[in-house]
Amino acid sequence: MLVGKVATIASTTEHTIQLQVTAADRRVARYAAAAIVLTIAEAAIPLPLPGVKPGLANIVTLIVLWRHGWREAAWVTLLRVLAGSLMVGQFLAPGFFLSLAGALLSLGVLALASRLPRRFFGPVSHSVLAAFAHVAGQLLLVRLWLVPHDGVFHLVPVFAAAALLFGIINGLIAARLMQETPS
Amino acid sequence: MRTWIRLLRPGDWLVVLAGVATVAASVPLLWRSGTADLAVVKRDGAVVAELPMTQSRKLDVAGPLGTTVIEVQPGRARVAADPGPRQYCVLQGWLTRPNSIAICAPNHVSLQLVGREGGYDSLNY
Repeated sequence: MLVGKVATIASTTEHTIQLQVTAADRRVARYAAAAIVLTIAEAAIPLPLPGVKPGLANIVTLIVLWRHGWREAAWVTLLRVLAGSLMVGQFLAPGFFLSLAGALLSLGVLALASRLPRRFFGPVSHSVLAAFAHVAGQLLLVRLWLVPHDGVFHLVPVFAAAALLFGIINGLIAARLMQETPS
Repeated sequence: MRTWIRLLRPGDWLVVLAGVATVAASVPLLWRSGTADLAVVKRDGAVVAELPMTQSRKLDVAGPLGTTVIEVQPGRARVAADPGPRQYCVLQGWLTRPNSIAICAPNHVSLQLVGREGGYDSLNY
């Protein structure tokens, strides 16, 4: 979007490139900033098991998805993964690729989940489905790349339970935030 | 609490239930490490017998101190008796996981379970 809107290369003699910033761009930037703050805050929380963390930044993704659609949610999420990893010094480290794999798979699932009828399926559904997809993406990458042995799948119950728990909590927080700040 | 529960829509309950079912199903499926296929018995490092772990059997292995008795049952194996002074390998009880091993060092006998996909004793990252 940001790049796509590098719209008007002046066809006249002045070779200026004008970046037109839309309201959506501003929104994406603002939400992404909030998500990055949550990523960094979360990096400071000590965690009992590597790979198990609340994923608070996904609350932002859920809100953007609900209010502004999948496209903006994808932008916010991917910008958060990129900038968040730069901020905590994980860029191109295994942690970065794990976040990316999780984010991509959960965005894929959210693309489908966001088509569910909203009367029946709220942010909590989105959140739980995305959390499971996130864990699945990470485990697949770990199996293919970091630990090439089926032994990693013994951790599935732990990660699935964490996905369920934090998926519900994040979904509830997102739903509550949207309820209290109607737009 | 009730304000939070009211945020759940009917379908959300379904998704949460499906999630609980997934977690519950994953526990027995994945919280175990393969099955052992063979019980390999060695004396002085040389293989004495490779017993398939599908049928029950008892095997006596003679060592310098006396006879070590290996017992195999479907899916598990143990050192049933050993003349060693401290009985470590007997006290280990039934072995069920691939790559687990009971060593009766005084009598120079070891019992190890082998799975189909061995290759690693442990994995670290």
